[in-house]
Amino acid sequence: MPRATVEHDDSPSIRGARLSARDRAGLAALRLVNGASRRSGRGQGTVAGGRVALRIAPRLLERLAYDLELALVSGTNGKTTTTACLTAAMSTRGPVATNDTGSNMLPGHVAALGNSTARVAVLECDEVWLSRAIPLERPGAVVVLNLSRDQLDRTSEVRHVARSWHAALASLEGTCVANADDPLVVSAAVHAPNVAWFAGGLEFREDASACPRCMARLHFDDDGGWHCECGLARPDPDAFLRDGTAVVDGTQVPFKITLPGAFNEGNGLAALLAAVRLGVDADAAAAAICSVTDVAGRFSELDVDGSRARLLLAKNPAGWSALLRLLADDDAPIVVAINARVADGFDPSWLYDVEFDRLAGRRVVATGERWRDLSTRLFYAGVEHTTETDPRRAIAVAGGAGRRVDVIANYTAFAALHGAR
Amino acid sequence: MLRVVTVYPDLLGTYGDRGNGIVLQRRAALRGIESAHDEATSDERLPVADIYCIGGGEDGPQQLAVERLEQDGTLKERAADGAVVLAVCAGLQVLGRSFAVSDGTRAGGLGLFELDTVASAQPRAVGEVVVDGAAGYLPLTGFENHAGRTVRDEALAPLGRVISGVGNGDGTDGALVGRLVGTYLHGPVLARNPLLADWLLALALDAGELAPIDDDPSRGLHDERLGVARRAR
Repeated sequence: MPRATVEHDDSPSIRGARLSARDRAGLAALRLVNGASRRSGRGQGTVAGGRVALRIAPRLLERLAYDLELALVSGTNGKTTTTACLTAAMSTRGPVATNDTGSNMLPGHVAALGNSTARVAVLECDEVWLSRAIPLERPGAVVVLNLSRDQLDRTSEVRHVARSWHAALASLEGTCVANADDPLVVSAAVHAPNVAWFAGGLEFREDASACPRCMARLHFDDDGGWHCECGLARPDPDAFLRDGTAVVDGTQVPFKITLPGAFNEGNGLAALLAAVRLGVDADAAAAAICSVTDVAGRFSELDVDGSRARLLLAKNPAGWSALLRLLADDDAPIVVAINARVADGFDPSWLYDVEFDRLAGRRVVATGERWRDLSTRLFYAGVEHTTETDPRRAIAVAGGAGRRVDVIANYTAFAALHGAR
Repeated sequence: MLRVVTVYPDLLGTYGDRGNGIVLQRRAALRGIESAHDEATSDERLPVADIYCIGGGEDGPQQLAVERLEQDGTLKERAADGAVVLAVCAGLQVLGRSFAVSDGTRAGGLGLFELDTVASAQPRAVGEVVVDGAAGYLPLTGFENHAGRTVRDEALAPLGRVISGVGNGDGTDGALVGRLVGTYLHGPVLARNPLLADWLLALALDAGELAPIDDDPSRGLHDERLGVARRAR
């Protein structure tokens, strides 16, 4: 995937926006801190520098985003993949700045924009921060994928997040690219002056069983349609998948993505619709999206003492639901690694919203810092399993004799394994 | 046949508390007790059960749950007839007399607990909790995540004393009257506290102490979380 080129620009103006002395000091600090952080090997050097820069120059993000062609990508699941797909599509026309290190809050945005001279930016945005990013960055497109329970110790209520989106999207100048299949997303996106709908699927219905507008029970049809008596209903999509192709605004383009899973087809479709609405040729955008393979280590392989491990990320019930479907036809041994750090959410109660009983009969090893919570959950799901405190040891034990092992890990457990490659 | 019902997971199912019903049914089954666990959504009539589990949820759905439970009537009837009720977080508030809603108004509850939940200027209570006291199922560990503070009438006993965390907000957590048990603890609370699960089962079965379960990983989980909470203090 093409990466943004980094050329330091010390002139007093950047892309036409006038930078104050304060902004320039902020930018200098960003580069200093990030360079030091990267050199010391302590981080990928995005958040720390961004924080310092924003403290010195609180309006730096607005200035950096000024007159950029900018797209934001948000939602509970699929942000990183969709951002990578949209970046690939936009890169068919020139350099693109993006935050592909996982730093998806405002400091990460400052770092991504401050370290690039590209005039186009595609930024992954944390769902809680989206309502603050929109007025500052004035994006030409905002992609909203889905909303379901995740890290509730931080986000507290999914519906609060939907309401904050509603307010921010109502004053959006650009296009809102929204998932017609997710009622919570639709309840917020219908307020945007300009919406393009894609049929992105809905992995997890349980946060949308009551209508987000009137609280009555939503009716779901077997074919993915849904409606409420109050009038809120699934909008007709402008983009959908049909027999290995994507139909966008009535035009059919070949669309066979390399990334596995139906959920990734939905992510790719969202990126395709956004790219087309931002003026990219549909065929070129589709080809670029279909060629995306490795997104921040998801589905990448890891070798542990002769065992081949495929790394899969699932952070919440919706993500798990998608992966359990993907793994249903397989019989590879499974390692599940669960942590509960700040980026995972401190409360692993959500394990009881995952249908682990579907793993019964498979070889399963429980690991991660919260392996006891996981082991208890598997016990109550009737899934026989063994436990290992060390994830790498768990992989070796599960695999043996060169077998492929599927490792499903949540965020920090995944990052630890991916980073250790 | 021991019947366990999780009440309205479509409205009060946000925080994984359906696990409580799963735990109760499995712990009964592992002892050879015939049992079933059903999840009853808010569009159906609440089935007759021996144990009802009510979980945490968001503001709007919580108000709707009260309306439906009042219309349905089964829960109040069964509670009066001696069914066991475990109510967690929003569930605890639902069983109380009234609770605060985020738009600043108040909503009525079912009135099974003599308590009210009020808005608080304090930050949302989020984190690990330890609850202790004299009862045999204590100490408890769990995870709380709520904005309101709960004020009990003097005559209403709490479930236990808060050692760390917030709970009701007055140094106690939850409520206990007859066979009705309320708490702020998620985790789910019965997954992390097998003694509380067994105490509820014994209540519902009118049994004394239940036989231990072989290779029960939740005992190690309970000890681990308690140790972590103690070290953090």
